[in-house]
Amino acid sequence: MSRPAHRRPEYHKINKDLFVLTYGALVAQLCKDYEKDEDVNKYLDKMGYGIGTRLVEDFLARSCVGRCHSYSEITDIIAQVAFKMYLGITPSVTCNNSSRNEFSLILDKNPLVEFVEELPAGRSSLCYCNLLCGIIRGALEMVHLAADVTFLQDRLKGDSVTEIGITFLKKLDEKKYRRKK
Amino acid sequence: CESRRWRYGGALHAREVGASGARAKVSLSAFALLFSELVQHCQSCVFLVAELQVHLAALGRQVGAHVLDALVASEKGAQRETKVLGALLLVKGAMWKAFGKEANKLEQANDDACTFYIIGRQPLINTYISVPKEDSRFNCAGFTAGIVEAMLTHSGFPAKVTARWHKDTTLMIKFEEAVIA
Repeated sequence: MSRPAHRRPEYHKINKDLFVLTYGALVAQLCKDYEKDEDVNKYLDKMGYGIGTRLVEDFLARSCVGRCHSYSEITDIIAQVAFKMYLGITPSVTCNNSSRNEFSLILDKNPLVEFVEELPAGRSSLCYCNLLCGIIRGALEMVHLAADVTFLQDRLKGDSVTEIGITFLKKLDEKKYRRKK
Repeated sequence: CESRRWRYGGALHAREVGASGARAKVSLSAFALLFSELVQHCQSCVFLVAELQVHLAALGRQVGAHVLDALVASEKGAQRETKVLGALLLVKGAMWKAFGKEANKLEQANDDACTFYIIGRQPLINTYISVPKEDSRFNCAGFTAGIVEAMLTHSGFPAKVTARWHKDTTLMIKFEEAVIA
Protein backbone atom coordinates (compact mmCIF):
# COMPACT_ATOMS: atom_id res chain seq x y z
CA MET A 1 0.00 0.00 0.00
CA SER A 2 2.97 2.35 0.32
CA ARG A 3 3.49 4.87 -2.43
CA PRO A 4 6.73 4.50 -4.40
CA ALA A 5 9.21 7.10 -3.24
CA HIS A 6 10.22 10.01 -5.47
CA ARG A 7 7.65 9.14 -8.09
CA ARG A 8 7.36 12.03 -10.52
CA PRO A 9 3.80 13.00 -11.35
CA GLU A 10 2.81 12.48 -14.97
CA TYR A 11 2.24 15.68 -16.85
CA HIS A 12 -0.27 15.59 -19.65
CA LYS A 13 0.91 16.32 -23.14
CA ILE A 14 -0.93 17.03 -26.33
CA ASN A 15 -0.18 16.84 -30.03
CA LYS A 16 2.30 19.54 -31.04
CA ASP A 17 0.73 20.11 -34.47
CA LEU A 18 -2.53 21.08 -32.80
CA PHE A 19 -0.71 23.62 -30.63
CA VAL A 20 1.24 25.09 -33.54
CA LEU A 21 -1.82 25.30 -35.80
CA THR A 22 -3.92 26.91 -33.05
CA TYR A 23 -1.20 29.54 -32.64
CA GLY A 24 -1.23 30.09 -36.40
CA ALA A 25 -5.00 30.53 -36.39
CA LEU A 26 -4.66 33.03 -33.56
CA VAL A 27 -2.06 35.11 -35.44
CA ALA A 28 -4.18 34.97 -38.61
CA GLN A 29 -7.19 36.23 -36.63
CA LEU A 30 -5.16 39.07 -35.12
CA CYS A 31 -3.96 40.05 -38.62
CA LYS A 32 -7.61 40.32 -39.64
CA ASP A 33 -8.51 42.34 -36.55
CA TYR A 34 -5.61 44.81 -36.66
CA GLU A 35 -4.38 46.59 -39.77
CA LYS A 36 -0.95 47.62 -38.52
CA ASP A 37 1.84 45.13 -37.83
CA GLU A 38 2.84 47.11 -34.72
CA ASP A 39 -0.61 46.57 -33.24
CA VAL A 40 -0.51 42.82 -33.90
CA ASN A 41 2.98 42.62 -32.39
CA LYS A 42 1.88 44.60 -29.34
CA TYR A 43 -1.20 42.43 -28.84
CA LEU A 44 0.80 39.21 -29.19
CA ASP A 45 3.25 40.55 -26.59
CA LYS A 46 0.36 41.42 -24.27
CA MET A 47 -1.17 37.94 -24.67
CA GLY A 48 2.20 36.37 -24.09
CA TYR A 49 2.60 38.45 -20.94
CA GLY A 50 -0.69 37.10 -19.63
CA ILE A 51 0.39 33.54 -20.41
CA GLY A 52 3.88 34.03 -18.93
CA THR A 53 2.59 35.30 -15.59
CA ARG A 54 0.72 32.00 -15.14
CA LEU A 55 3.07 29.67 -16.96
CA VAL A 56 5.92 30.53 -14.59
CA GLU A 57 4.10 28.87 -11.69
CA ASP A 58 3.66 25.69 -13.70
CA PHE A 59 7.33 25.89 -14.68
CA LEU A 60 8.60 26.38 -11.13
CA ALA A 61 6.43 23.55 -9.85
CA ARG A 62 7.59 21.11 -12.51
CA SER A 63 11.23 22.02 -12.87
CA CYS A 64 12.16 22.46 -9.19
CA VAL A 65 14.95 24.86 -10.15
CA GLY A 66 16.77 26.43 -7.26
CA ARG A 67 17.44 30.08 -6.64
CA CYS A 68 19.51 31.78 -9.35
CA HIS A 69 22.39 34.04 -8.51
CA SER A 70 23.02 35.78 -11.80
CA TYR A 71 21.25 36.93 -14.95
CA SER A 72 23.37 34.49 -16.90
CA GLU A 73 22.08 31.58 -14.81
CA ILE A 74 18.50 32.73 -15.35
CA THR A 75 18.96 32.96 -19.11
CA ASP A 76 20.53 29.50 -19.18
CA ILE A 77 17.55 28.10 -17.32
CA ILE A 78 15.11 29.79 -19.71
CA ALA A 79 16.96 28.27 -22.68
CA GLN A 80 17.85 24.84 -21.37
CA VAL A 81 14.93 24.04 -19.08
CA ALA A 82 11.91 26.16 -19.96
CA PHE A 83 12.17 26.09 -23.74
CA LYS A 84 12.95 22.38 -23.59
CA MET A 85 9.97 21.71 -21.34
CA TYR A 86 7.40 23.61 -23.34
CA LEU A 87 8.62 23.60 -26.94
CA GLY A 88 11.12 20.78 -27.00
CA ILE A 89 13.97 22.99 -28.25
CA THR A 90 17.14 24.30 -26.63
CA PRO A 91 18.21 27.71 -27.92
CA SER A 92 21.84 28.67 -27.46
CA VAL A 93 22.67 31.59 -25.18
CA THR A 94 25.14 34.40 -25.83
CA CYS A 95 25.95 37.39 -23.66
CA ASN A 96 25.94 40.67 -25.53
CA ASN A 97 27.62 43.09 -23.16
CA SER A 98 30.27 43.31 -20.47
CA SER A 99 27.85 44.31 -17.70
CA ARG A 100 26.24 40.89 -18.29
CA ASN A 101 22.64 42.03 -18.37
CA GLU A 102 21.99 41.67 -22.11
CA PHE A 103 21.63 38.20 -23.55
CA SER A 104 20.48 36.58 -26.77
CA LEU A 105 18.70 33.31 -27.33
CA ILE A 106 19.49 31.90 -30.76
CA LEU A 107 16.78 29.53 -31.98
CA ASP A 108 17.95 27.00 -34.58
CA LYS A 109 14.55 25.41 -34.74
CA ASN A 110 11.30 27.13 -33.92
CA PRO A 111 8.31 24.79 -33.78
CA LEU A 112 5.85 27.70 -33.86
CA VAL A 113 6.80 28.48 -37.47
CA GLU A 114 6.79 24.88 -38.68
CA PHE A 115 3.88 25.46 -41.01
CA VAL A 116 4.79 29.00 -42.01
CA GLU A 117 6.45 29.43 -45.35
CA GLU A 118 6.66 33.20 -45.37
CA LEU A 119 4.98 36.21 -43.87
CA PRO A 120 1.79 37.33 -45.65
CA ALA A 121 2.10 40.08 -48.26
CA GLY A 122 2.06 43.51 -46.66
CA ARG A 123 3.02 42.13 -43.26
CA SER A 124 6.78 42.47 -43.44
CA SER A 125 7.11 43.92 -39.91
CA LEU A 126 5.05 41.20 -38.27
CA CYS A 127 6.88 39.40 -35.44
CA TYR A 128 5.09 36.09 -35.84
CA CYS A 129 6.39 34.63 -32.56
CA ASN A 130 6.11 37.77 -30.47
CA LEU A 131 4.04 35.75 -28.03
CA LEU A 132 7.32 34.19 -26.85
CA CYS A 133 8.73 37.62 -25.93
CA GLY A 134 5.64 38.40 -23.87
CA ILE A 135 5.78 35.01 -22.15
CA ILE A 136 9.42 35.48 -21.11
CA ARG A 137 8.75 39.06 -19.95
CA GLY A 138 5.65 38.04 -17.94
CA ALA A 139 7.37 35.08 -16.36
CA LEU A 140 10.39 37.15 -15.32
CA GLU A 141 8.18 39.86 -13.85
CA MET A 142 6.47 37.28 -11.64
CA VAL A 143 9.85 36.50 -10.10
CA HIS A 144 10.53 40.21 -9.61
CA LEU A 145 12.81 40.72 -12.59
CA ALA A 146 12.06 43.46 -15.09
CA ALA A 147 13.33 42.79 -18.59
CA ASP A 148 12.93 44.01 -22.15
CA VAL A 149 12.44 41.07 -24.47
CA THR A 150 12.34 41.57 -28.23
CA PHE A 151 13.13 39.81 -31.46
CA LEU A 152 16.51 40.96 -32.73
CA GLN A 153 16.55 38.73 -35.81
CA ASP A 154 13.84 36.63 -37.43
CA ARG A 155 14.26 33.94 -40.11
CA LEU A 156 10.79 34.75 -41.41
CA LYS A 157 12.01 38.26 -42.23
CA GLY A 158 15.01 36.98 -44.14
CA ASP A 159 17.61 36.97 -41.38
CA SER A 160 19.94 34.01 -41.05
CA VAL A 161 18.80 33.06 -37.55
CA THR A 162 16.00 33.76 -35.12
CA GLU A 163 17.34 35.69 -32.13
CA ILE A 164 15.47 36.83 -29.03
CA GLY A 165 17.20 39.56 -27.00
CA ILE A 166 16.67 39.75 -23.24
CA THR A 167 17.85 42.90 -21.46
CA PHE A 168 17.52 42.69 -17.70
CA LEU A 169 16.58 45.99 -16.12
CA LYS A 170 16.91 46.65 -12.41
CA LYS A 171 15.18 44.24 -10.03
CA LEU A 172 11.58 45.15 -9.34
CA ASP A 173 10.55 46.45 -5.90
CA GLU A 174 14.15 46.52 -4.75
CA LYS A 175 13.65 49.64 -2.62
CA LYS A 176 10.46 48.19 -1.13
CA TYR A 177 12.32 45.11 0.07
CA ARG A 178 15.14 47.19 1.52
CA ARG A 179 12.76 49.34 3.54
CA LYS A 180 11.08 46.29 5.05
CA LYS A 181 14.40 45.26 6.60
CA CYS B 1 -3.81 27.30 -51.00
CA GLU B 2 -2.21 24.57 -53.10
CA SER B 3 1.32 25.89 -52.57
CA ARG B 4 0.73 26.03 -48.82
CA ARG B 5 -0.48 22.43 -48.87
CA TRP B 6 2.70 21.41 -50.65
CA ARG B 7 4.66 23.14 -47.94
CA TYR B 8 2.82 21.15 -45.27
CA GLY B 9 3.68 17.91 -47.09
CA GLY B 10 7.35 18.86 -47.22
CA ALA B 11 7.44 19.85 -43.57
CA LEU B 12 5.78 16.63 -42.48
CA HIS B 13 8.28 14.37 -44.23
CA ALA B 14 11.21 16.27 -42.80
CA ARG B 15 9.80 16.11 -39.28
CA GLU B 16 11.57 14.08 -36.63
CA VAL B 17 9.45 11.29 -35.21
CA GLY B 18 10.16 9.63 -31.85
CA ALA B 19 11.56 6.11 -31.62
CA SER B 20 8.12 4.66 -31.01
CA GLY B 21 6.76 6.56 -34.02
CA ALA B 22 4.78 8.82 -31.68
CA ARG B 23 4.01 12.39 -32.73
CA ALA B 24 5.87 15.21 -31.00
CA LYS B 25 4.02 16.59 -27.99
CA VAL B 26 3.90 19.79 -25.97
CA SER B 27 2.73 20.30 -22.43
CA LEU B 28 -0.99 20.58 -21.83
CA SER B 29 -0.55 23.65 -19.62
CA ALA B 30 1.03 25.58 -22.50
CA PHE B 31 -1.92 24.82 -24.78
CA ALA B 32 -4.50 25.48 -22.06
CA LEU B 33 -3.06 28.95 -21.43
CA LEU B 34 -2.87 29.71 -25.16
CA PHE B 35 -6.48 28.60 -25.58
CA SER B 36 -7.53 30.76 -22.64
CA GLU B 37 -5.98 33.83 -24.29
CA LEU B 38 -7.66 32.89 -27.57
CA VAL B 39 -11.08 32.73 -25.88
CA GLN B 40 -10.45 36.04 -24.11
CA HIS B 41 -9.53 37.68 -27.41
CA CYS B 42 -12.70 36.34 -29.04
CA GLN B 43 -14.72 37.62 -26.08
CA SER B 44 -13.35 41.10 -26.64
CA CYS B 45 -14.51 41.05 -30.28
CA VAL B 46 -18.13 40.03 -29.76
CA PHE B 47 -21.15 41.18 -27.77
CA LEU B 48 -23.19 38.01 -27.42
CA VAL B 49 -22.31 34.55 -26.16
CA ALA B 50 -23.73 33.02 -29.33
CA GLU B 51 -21.35 35.13 -31.42
CA LEU B 52 -18.46 33.94 -29.26
CA GLN B 53 -19.33 30.35 -30.07
CA VAL B 54 -19.47 31.17 -33.79
CA HIS B 55 -16.11 32.97 -33.59
CA LEU B 56 -14.47 30.01 -31.84
CA ALA B 57 -15.90 27.61 -34.40
CA ALA B 58 -14.46 29.73 -37.23
CA LEU B 59 -11.02 29.54 -35.61
CA GLY B 60 -11.47 25.81 -35.15
CA ARG B 61 -12.22 25.45 -38.87
CA GLN B 62 -8.95 27.18 -39.72
CA VAL B 63 -7.08 24.75 -37.50
CA GLY B 64 -9.00 21.70 -38.71
CA ALA B 65 -8.26 22.35 -42.37
CA HIS B 66 -4.56 21.94 -41.69
CA VAL B 67 -4.56 19.45 -38.84
CA LEU B 68 -6.22 16.95 -41.17
CA ASP B 69 -3.04 16.71 -43.27
CA ALA B 70 -0.90 16.29 -40.17
CA LEU B 71 -3.09 13.54 -38.72
CA VAL B 72 -3.47 11.68 -42.01
CA ALA B 73 0.28 11.71 -42.53
CA SER B 74 1.04 10.44 -39.03
CA GLU B 75 -1.81 7.99 -38.51
CA LYS B 76 -2.71 6.73 -41.95
CA GLY B 77 0.57 6.74 -43.84
CA ALA B 78 -0.60 9.71 -45.93
CA GLN B 79 -3.65 7.89 -47.28
CA ARG B 80 -6.84 9.88 -47.11
CA GLU B 81 -10.04 8.24 -45.91
CA THR B 82 -12.44 7.54 -48.76
CA LYS B 83 -15.35 6.34 -46.64
CA VAL B 84 -17.51 8.35 -44.26
CA LEU B 85 -17.06 5.87 -41.42
CA GLY B 86 -13.30 5.95 -41.83
CA ALA B 87 -13.29 9.74 -41.61
CA LEU B 88 -15.49 9.66 -38.51
CA LEU B 89 -13.24 7.10 -36.85
CA LEU B 90 -10.22 9.31 -37.60
CA VAL B 91 -12.00 12.13 -35.77
CA LYS B 92 -13.08 9.93 -32.84
CA GLY B 93 -9.62 8.37 -32.54
CA ALA B 94 -6.62 10.36 -33.70
CA MET B 95 -8.11 13.83 -33.55
CA TRP B 96 -9.68 13.46 -30.12
CA LYS B 97 -6.49 11.82 -28.90
CA ALA B 98 -4.61 14.95 -29.95
CA PHE B 99 -6.38 16.56 -26.98
CA GLY B 100 -5.49 13.68 -24.66
CA LYS B 101 -7.66 10.62 -25.02
CA GLU B 102 -9.86 8.98 -27.64
CA ALA B 103 -13.55 9.86 -27.59
CA ASN B 104 -15.86 7.44 -25.83
CA LYS B 105 -18.56 6.87 -28.40
CA LEU B 106 -19.48 7.30 -32.04
CA GLU B 107 -23.21 6.86 -32.64
CA GLN B 108 -25.60 7.31 -35.51
CA ALA B 109 -28.95 8.95 -34.88
CA ASN B 110 -31.90 6.55 -34.91
CA ASP B 111 -34.11 8.71 -37.04
CA ASP B 112 -31.61 10.31 -39.42
CA ALA B 113 -28.90 8.47 -41.37
CA CYS B 114 -27.05 11.74 -41.99
CA THR B 115 -26.60 12.57 -38.30
CA PHE B 116 -23.89 11.18 -36.07
CA TYR B 117 -22.81 11.93 -32.53
CA ILE B 118 -19.33 11.80 -31.06
CA ILE B 119 -19.34 11.78 -27.27
CA GLY B 120 -16.29 12.14 -25.11
CA ARG B 121 -14.62 14.12 -22.40
CA GLN B 122 -12.46 17.01 -23.46
CA PRO B 123 -10.50 17.88 -20.40
CA LEU B 124 -8.23 20.18 -22.35
CA ILE B 125 -10.86 22.45 -23.81
CA ASN B 126 -13.36 22.72 -20.98
CA THR B 127 -11.48 21.96 -17.76
CA TYR B 128 -9.82 25.31 -17.42
CA ILE B 129 -12.78 27.39 -18.58
CA SER B 130 -15.30 28.59 -15.96
CA VAL B 131 -18.61 29.42 -17.59
CA PRO B 132 -20.83 31.88 -15.71
CA LYS B 133 -24.33 30.60 -14.85
CA GLU B 134 -26.05 33.08 -17.11
CA ASP B 135 -24.03 31.84 -20.09
CA SER B 136 -24.41 28.14 -19.31
CA ARG B 137 -25.26 27.33 -22.93
CA PHE B 138 -21.79 28.42 -24.00
CA ASN B 139 -19.45 25.58 -24.77
CA CYS B 140 -15.82 26.05 -25.69
CA ALA B 141 -16.08 22.77 -27.51
CA GLY B 142 -17.41 24.95 -30.32
CA PHE B 143 -13.70 25.20 -31.18
CA THR B 144 -13.51 21.43 -31.49
CA ALA B 145 -16.70 21.42 -33.53
CA GLY B 146 -15.02 23.78 -35.98
CA ILE B 147 -11.97 21.53 -36.21
CA VAL B 148 -14.12 18.46 -36.88
CA GLU B 149 -16.27 20.27 -39.44
CA ALA B 150 -13.20 21.36 -41.39
CA MET B 151 -11.63 17.90 -41.17
CA LEU B 152 -14.73 16.20 -42.56
CA THR B 153 -15.41 18.82 -45.22
CA HIS B 154 -11.82 18.80 -46.47
CA SER B 155 -11.93 15.00 -46.58
CA GLY B 156 -14.76 15.31 -49.09
CA PHE B 157 -17.67 14.79 -46.67
CA PRO B 158 -19.34 18.18 -46.21
CA ALA B 159 -21.05 18.48 -42.84
CA LYS B 160 -22.22 20.91 -40.18
CA VAL B 161 -20.94 20.21 -36.68
CA THR B 162 -22.25 21.69 -33.46
CA ALA B 163 -21.21 21.17 -29.84
CA ARG B 164 -23.67 20.42 -27.11
CA TRP B 165 -23.57 19.63 -23.43
CA HIS B 166 -25.03 16.25 -22.66
CA LYS B 167 -23.21 14.51 -19.81
CA ASP B 168 -19.88 14.92 -21.60
CA THR B 169 -19.06 16.97 -24.63
CA THR B 170 -21.20 15.84 -27.55
CA LEU B 171 -20.58 16.84 -31.12
CA MET B 172 -23.53 16.54 -33.46
CA ILE B 173 -22.39 15.96 -37.04
CA LYS B 174 -24.96 16.46 -39.78
CA PHE B 175 -23.72 15.42 -43.20
CA GLU B 176 -25.16 16.76 -46.42
CA GLU B 177 -27.56 14.28 -47.97
CA ALA B 178 -25.29 13.57 -50.92
CA VAL B 179 -22.63 12.20 -48.56
CA ILE B 180 -24.77 9.40 -47.16
CA ALA B 181 -27.10 8.64 -50.09
